[in-house]
Amino acid sequence: MLLVYWQLETGNQRMMKSNPPKLALRFFRWFCHPKLCDSIEGDLMELYEERKIKSGKVKADAHFIKDVLLLFRPGIIKPTEGTQTLNTYGMYKSYFKIGWRNLLKNRGFAVINIGGLAVGVTVAILIGLWIFDEVNYDTYHTNYNRISQVLTRETDEDGTGINTSLPYPLALELKANHADNFKHIVVSTFGIREYILSTEDRNFTKTGQFMDAGAPEMLSLKMIHGSYTALNDPNTIILSASTAQTFFGDSNPVNQLMKINNRLDVKVTGVYEDLPKNTTFADLKFLAPFDLWLVDNPWVKEKAINDWSNHFLKVYTEILPSTDFATVAARIKDAERNGVKDIPEQAAQNPEVFLHPMQDWHLYSFKNSVVNPEPSRIVKLVGLIGALVLVLACINLSTARSEVRAKEVGIRKAIGSLRHQLIGQFLSESFLVVILAFVIAFVLVSLLLPWFNDLTAKQIVLPISSTPFWLMILAIVLVTALLAGMYPASYLSSFKPAKALKGVMRAGKGLYSQRRILVVTQFTISITLIICTIIIYNQIQFAQNRPVGYSREGLIMLEMKGNDLKGKYEILSNELKKAGVVSEVSQSMGKITQVWSNNDGWDWQGRDPALTKSFGTLTITPEHGNVIGWQILQGRDFSNNLVSDSSAIVINEAALNYMGITNVVGERMSWTFNDKTYHYEVIGIVKDMVMESPYQPIRPTIFLMKAPNGKPNWVNIKINPAISTQQALIKIEEVLKKVAPTTPFDYKFVDDEYNAKFLAEVRIGKLASLFSSLAIFISCLGLYGMASFIAEQQTKEIGIRKVLGASITNLCALLSKDFVLLVAISCIVAIPIAYYSMAAWLIKFPYRTELSFWIFIVTCLGALMITLLTISFQAIKTAMENPVKSLRSE
Amino acid sequence: MTQQSLGEFEELVLLMVAAQHDEAYGVTILEGLEEKLDKKVNISAVHVALKRMEDKGFVKSRFGGITEDRGGRRKKFYVITALGKKMLDAQYDLRNSIYKQIPKISFG
Repeated sequence: MLLVYWQLETGNQRMMKSNPPKLALRFFRWFCHPKLCDSIEGDLMELYEERKIKSGKVKADAHFIKDVLLLFRPGIIKPTEGTQTLNTYGMYKSYFKIGWRNLLKNRGFAVINIGGLAVGVTVAILIGLWIFDEVNYDTYHTNYNRISQVLTRETDEDGTGINTSLPYPLALELKANHADNFKHIVVSTFGIREYILSTEDRNFTKTGQFMDAGAPEMLSLKMIHGSYTALNDPNTIILSASTAQTFFGDSNPVNQLMKINNRLDVKVTGVYEDLPKNTTFADLKFLAPFDLWLVDNPWVKEKAINDWSNHFLKVYTEILPSTDFATVAARIKDAERNGVKDIPEQAAQNPEVFLHPMQDWHLYSFKNSVVNPEPSRIVKLVGLIGALVLVLACINLSTARSEVRAKEVGIRKAIGSLRHQLIGQFLSESFLVVILAFVIAFVLVSLLLPWFNDLTAKQIVLPISSTPFWLMILAIVLVTALLAGMYPASYLSSFKPAKALKGVMRAGKGLYSQRRILVVTQFTISITLIICTIIIYNQIQFAQNRPVGYSREGLIMLEMKGNDLKGKYEILSNELKKAGVVSEVSQSMGKITQVWSNNDGWDWQGRDPALTKSFGTLTITPEHGNVIGWQILQGRDFSNNLVSDSSAIVINEAALNYMGITNVVGERMSWTFNDKTYHYEVIGIVKDMVMESPYQPIRPTIFLMKAPNGKPNWVNIKINPAISTQQALIKIEEVLKKVAPTTPFDYKFVDDEYNAKFLAEVRIGKLASLFSSLAIFISCLGLYGMASFIAEQQTKEIGIRKVLGASITNLCALLSKDFVLLVAISCIVAIPIAYYSMAAWLIKFPYRTELSFWIFIVTCLGALMITLLTISFQAIKTAMENPVKSLRSE
Repeated sequence: MTQQSLGEFEELVLLMVAAQHDEAYGVTILEGLEEKLDKKVNISAVHVALKRMEDKGFVKSRFGGITEDRGGRRKKFYVITALGKKMLDAQYDLRNSIYKQIPKISFG
């Protein structure tokens, strides 16, 4: 100030005032001891002015700089500590010290606060990791942002349909005329399937796919042996590390010979690292060239090469780095349309080729020709729940802070603390608590991760070495500390010092109502979560209780893969029965727990022309009904003895209802398949069986003994109930070894397969119950803290009431009344929220439970019970206390 | 007293402070020394010496008024203390007594 004034003054007088080098001066001021600074700077200035007049500005400047540099020495430099200038280090140290002492003083509260927060943070971290894993699906592949799957969209009067499988000519067309857009066009078989792999002495069923030779490079497989050119030769195979391990142990398998499905000779040319679980190709345990598959399926070259109607391939591409999906999609969109323009039937469907980027495969996949909103919605929902649990825990921290510290605030203010300094103090205390909670949470997360992975079917590891992870943790720490500390900081720091010191600061009305709002929020969230959990379980239960229509006990299925078992069904069946461990054997098309084939083209007398829907068409052997124990409602089952039964069919109830005619047994039905018409007679009606999703209506299905669409490919074995499953399995395997030595005994229990239909919902249910129980736990911790605080505050009142004759019951009621009211309000808020969100969830299940009223009532009563239990301990303790104790102090 | 020491340059500065009694500050001391010694002296050396001697108690300081030609900074005037004076005297006596022991030597 002074300097400026002086400079203006003298500047005006002399008009030629110039200053010494600014940088040097600033440097001097920075290092100089504050006691010496003023006088030495004055000397420097005086000398500078003299020199400037004597020898000019440049020399004076140089001299000035030299002087400053020479002054930079001990004695002149200020010491690092203990000068007049204050730094804030000591202040922060005291904040943390006071905070720590406060925690120690109220150990009980501290444990509740930190424990509750640690649980909340653990949930938040686990959920964060899960979301991270979901969002980063498929990013294992280096070029994931350029890889896509080629799909076609067909539009006709029935609406839009998405084809994930493509006809062979389209793949050829892309390769011939559009290859300049792509680095790789990889044609492959439809999906990852099971095959029998065998060496001379071992055979196992492994999942794999036949793909064009560019696949290893496109998927950037990490090759342990061999190179990306490993599949260039048709008779080759590359194995995942785990597959190589099963067959060859630790030795290098390259150049070893193997067979696929007992008939294709291949040579191992490479081994790649197993793909992690969060990739679409996770089950790719081996990879063989697509050309080999073409050799094995000569019909493709004979029939399918010009057939645009046979969809049986998948095509993956990697576009060139120089282009983008939109450009390429625009270029290839007419590839199929041009090919089918002479085939009116298909041209009418107006097929458009497009690319489905790998980034979207997991969260934005297609279902029923639209993008399935479910996966991305679940990610958002889970994220929301995680955030809510964290907020719950933060609320605890806010409400548990008491006005006990009002005096402290008063004194601090009286001796000159500013409000923002007090806010800083309380925030730093909340940082302390949050950091402690995070340390505990990290221990919990690392302990719980294996269990969590199990629950969510994931392979998550704690990314300890990743910087973004720690940055995110830091961000969560900051947000949590601010959330938890903001409210008490701003409230406590607003006290008027005079009032606070006089002691009139009893629990203020304002604080009280704010706390109530926070408690209501907590319980609303918890109760909503609990209701949702119960409804989810209710729905699962409902679907599980659905009449299945067939018996699953002791029933195993075996797919007839490979050459070895072909045509040997009769022998196998007889041998098995001879062994005495099997009561019946049958064959079916597809698994019992699926409808493997669907066809339209069915006609019957009196058919409404609008009824063109396809029926499930499954060929079975006559014993099948016996094996699975289906129930014939009308007519009769297939019979082995009647030759005419080869043109007989059995339909299910759903088919009967769909057809809309009453007396169907004995009626004739015809089926036009590939331009040929076949005639059948309905001999029986079977009770509906849940073969597909237990939440969907039953598909109208027709069972046949002989059909043009294929032969049965699964063997179903009903184990003799008198014999233990374990024994039976050993016997069955022996028989199989004898009949078909190279077929692995790779059986599936029908029971397991059926239960797998519920897996997704059971998983959601487990997660939901975990979250909701944690939510209610955290809320109760908060409630407990608040109850004990209020009881503490009311000790005198209770003492007086007791002296005047109040009973313990009275007093308990007095202490609990408030909380019960709050929880009741929460119930009233939570019920509509839960109702609407669960109604929206249930709507996607055609076969669903009703939202019955008792769920809401029971949940609310339960919440009230828990509340009472939580506070009753405190209430009874306070009410039992001898009034002398509480009144004595005055 | 024995533990107190006085370096050569410090002694010169102290002499100058004493000589310019009550009017001595950085620049005058510097200029006085340069004139007497007939060589360039650095201001930093002067200040370090002054600070050391102030810590030892040989000089004390007071702040003067603000003058224009110093950029608004106060002058810090140094005055010799009794201790400083005693130190100078002792130093002087010491040299004198030794000097007197020198036999009459002629380098004629």
